Amino acid sequence: MKDYFKISTRTIVATGLGAAIFTLLFMYVKIPSPVPETSFQTAYGLSAFFATLFGPIAGGLIAFIGHALSDSIQYGSPWWSWVIASGVASFIFGFAYKRTSVEEGEFNMKSIITFNTIQIIGNVMAWIVVAPVLDIAIYSEPANLVFAQGVIAAVMNSISAGVLGTLLLIAYSATKAKKGSLSKK
Amino acid sequence: MNDKLIIEFNNFSFQYYSQSEPTLNDINLKIYAGEKILIVGPSGSGKSTLGHCLNGLIPFSYRGITEGSLKVKGKETKDQDIFTLSKVVGTVLQDSDGQFVGLTVGEDIAFVMENDNTPIDEMKERVLKVAQMVDMDRWLSASPYELSGGQKQRTALAGVMIDDVDVLLFDEPLANLDPATGKKAIEIIDDIHQNTNKTIIIIEHRLEDVLHREIDRIIVVNEGRILGDMNAHELVSSSILIENGIREPLYVTALKYAGVTVTPEMKPGHMNTLDTSAVNHIVKEWHLSVVKEEKRKLNESILKMDDVTFSYDGRKKILENINIEIAKGEMVSIVGRNGAGKSTLSKLLCGFEKEDQGAIYYLEEDIKGKTIKERAELIGVVMQNPNQMISKPMIFDEVALGLKLRNVKASEIKERVEKVLKICGLLPFMDWPISALSYGQKKRVTIASILVLNPSILILDEPTAGQDYKHYSEIMAFLQEINKTGITVIMITHDMHLMLEYTPRAIVISDGKKIADTDSAIVLTDHQVIEEANLKETSLYNLAKMVGIEDGTQFVQNFIDYERQVR
Amino acid sequence: MKIKLFSYNFEDTFVHHLSGLTKIICFLFLTFAVMFSYDIRVIISILLFSLVVFRISKIKFKQVKLMVIYVAVFIITNAVISFLFAPEYGVKLYGTRHEIIAITKSISLTYEQLFFQVTKLFKYASVIPFGIIFLLTTNPSELASALSGVGVNYKAAYAVALTLRYFPDIQREYADISQAQQARGLDLSHKAKFKDRFKNALLIMVPLIFSTLSRVELISNAMDLRGFGKGKKRTWYNMKKLSRNDHLALGISALIFIASLGISFFINHSRYYNPFI
Repeated sequence: MKDYFKISTRTIVATGLGAAIFTLLFMYVKIPSPVPETSFQTAYGLSAFFATLFGPIAGGLIAFIGHALSDSIQYGSPWWSWVIASGVASFIFGFAYKRTSVEEGEFNMKSIITFNTIQIIGNVMAWIVVAPVLDIAIYSEPANLVFAQGVIAAVMNSISAGVLGTLLLIAYSATKAKKGSLSKK
Repeated sequence: MNDKLIIEFNNFSFQYYSQSEPTLNDINLKIYAGEKILIVGPSGSGKSTLGHCLNGLIPFSYRGITEGSLKVKGKETKDQDIFTLSKVVGTVLQDSDGQFVGLTVGEDIAFVMENDNTPIDEMKERVLKVAQMVDMDRWLSASPYELSGGQKQRTALAGVMIDDVDVLLFDEPLANLDPATGKKAIEIIDDIHQNTNKTIIIIEHRLEDVLHREIDRIIVVNEGRILGDMNAHELVSSSILIENGIREPLYVTALKYAGVTVTPEMKPGHMNTLDTSAVNHIVKEWHLSVVKEEKRKLNESILKMDDVTFSYDGRKKILENINIEIAKGEMVSIVGRNGAGKSTLSKLLCGFEKEDQGAIYYLEEDIKGKTIKERAELIGVVMQNPNQMISKPMIFDEVALGLKLRNVKASEIKERVEKVLKICGLLPFMDWPISALSYGQKKRVTIASILVLNPSILILDEPTAGQDYKHYSEIMAFLQEINKTGITVIMITHDMHLMLEYTPRAIVISDGKKIADTDSAIVLTDHQVIEEANLKETSLYNLAKMVGIEDGTQFVQNFIDYERQVR
Repeated sequence: MKIKLFSYNFEDTFVHHLSGLTKIICFLFLTFAVMFSYDIRVIISILLFSLVVFRISKIKFKQVKLMVIYVAVFIITNAVISFLFAPEYGVKLYGTRHEIIAITKSISLTYEQLFFQVTKLFKYASVIPFGIIFLLTTNPSELASALSGVGVNYKAAYAVALTLRYFPDIQREYADISQAQQARGLDLSHKAKFKDRFKNALLIMVPLIFSTLSRVELISNAMDLRGFGKGKKRTWYNMKKLSRNDHLALGISALIFIASLGISFFINHSRYYNPFI
């Protein structure tokens, strides 16, 4: 468990660059969904991917910084309740760190199930618990409204994180050579 | 110079955990304080690993098995830590964008002191002083986007020197610089050596460029072993360079072509120490005897830019009144310093940007109305970094992507992909993951993925950047093959060897204007063009002057012609 | 695409001269003040105060027009949905019911609901100016040191600095990659079939992310070699010393924060101001 919260320079750099990609994807790369006026945020696929590679601290910070920055650029100020929820979701994604076989050159079925279970738990906690509670506490929003919004967000973001995260992890594991197997030809 | 030993390798070996064989084998090397050392070797020779051992990245960041001993300033490196070692050995990395972590020049120079918890006033004072040493003191609040490659490298150098290290280690300092900036960098390093008497270690494969200034010793590394340890004159007179795939200085090649036996007595290590007085007549005779190459006659125009002007913001013109005509089957270089407008030019050709004025013709047809996708079937562009193009794990899928996205039938895709893979020499690897390929092979995959769309023009951005002589030759031979199949090849490049050896014609862009469009031999001997394009004079020209040949440009042309005949 | 992330430009004003640390603390004080309170008098006072600071900082409306439009759309959408979901919420909150007009048999608009929604609308709107002022008047180089100054772990603060440093690189790379993939035939518009859209997004994400991953090692080596993470503390080249004006600004913001809390606790005896009783 200690490993989960160890911060090396590599983690910090991955966090900084990951947050930069998150910001960019969050603003520019959305996948339009079949329901009008809604879209899937590809950024959660990225944060799930980075969280699985670098752990909860990196994951949480990537989404927190990235979401806060893109909100600031677009709206002038971060929308704290959702920024915090984003951070919480991606922090929880990070518990897939070292629980999957991604570094061993094969992202197998078991890993896919582990990753997606954790990812769905993260999204449910963030969007059906954290975000609505904060919205009620700060803005006194009606409970039925924020929970309805939360359920939609949880479903949409689970799909983004699930589909894109899984595919990214599969692609990444394909690039990992098995230990001691590289030799010159 | 004193005799104090500062670095000592004793029967030192290192093997990365991920490798099945040691990368460094039985290294024995002594370096004394104040020496200036060059380590040369082809890619994968172990020269970078040797550098990592010195600055502590090995064993503290890269894990592996170490044998033997490595002492820096009398202490075993493995008993210290990376922070302690970095106070003795300061490293300037190859990629100055990666090393430049601060948001501004001042912050980046101060980075080490910030980490040392230095009080702000003391830090500001010292930053200013070091910035003055590398002539960056007027740029302290500039961000990396406002700087040239040379300025970024000087910032990196200042960021290392601020620590008053004993050893300065330069890892491929020339890799990302244009020829003129590279020359300047070597001069700056030499000045620092003269003024501070620090130990300097340069790791580089561009030998001739480093030998622009004095070097005490050159260490040749290949396959993880030290194969030579000698001075520049002995090295270029020996056969070690050619045997190990390192390019010798061009003037040495020219002397050899002329039939001169190059000996250490001629002091051939540096152009400015070379003494040819005894062999001038041999070179002159050879010059007169070279059989001129017939110029290829290419008449049919395939691409024409007619008075093209472009600007991003409607004010500052990036390209101005550009007229270029390229013939079918040509192989051309487009050169110019960073920011001159070369990349914008290729973006216009591909339709990524649209010209404000003028027109671009493909086979007499104005292609203004064609979409990016349609143009890609006429003009394909290959980016510099293959990693920026590769989006599939398997080779076949990557190459097939452009066809799949165009809804081509599966049977036709298979046929076309296989044909292209065969041309690119990748057929045996068809079912391999791309990650298992070398850099050069990846480059081929990206070229294949463009060629599969059957364009008749191929534009390549710096196709040989960062490649050693062997890989450079492989990539260029491959492009020549492609060119022979009838495809027109346009290369955007800084590489003067590439211009000399592979493209008879060079187009020079400076400040958005075309300033030259002629034979490469003429471009590389014209002072004014050289200066405006940040190139440098080829040493062949200097050699011609030295032996007393009036027409230096003709000498360069003869060299090119002769080389084509013997290659 | 623009290269700079924020349009920070130095101007010679009171606000620009404040240290980043001061601005971040003031930003937090004022944001909390307005987030805590549900008293429209407090909220509007702070909003007016923020507009004064806006003037002092010489920010032009042109610079923030786009943001204002985005926020307006958000707030109005929120107001409509909020009413549809819970039209009687204000009644529940304030404990009285004064009907203005019956919209349908079961839904009617009340003064309580109107008052609740207007208060909320201003509450949302009032956070924005402080965010804008902070972003447009703070030198990005000061941001990391300011974060570290308010107690954020310096490594996390440095991650923010790295994000700002490399965002333009990544933005440029994104533009290049997306052009190259479009040349290969990638269609990013709505025309693509839904199930292809995910795959198509990956054609840009994979090269972008994987080429970035290969830089992570390089940059972290560069930082390790220059002693990053050596101590428990580090100093910051761009940290400004606090001046008299900094103390003044801190004092004013703290006062506003305390006043906001005070009004809630001692005058309203709740976060809400209830004019109906």
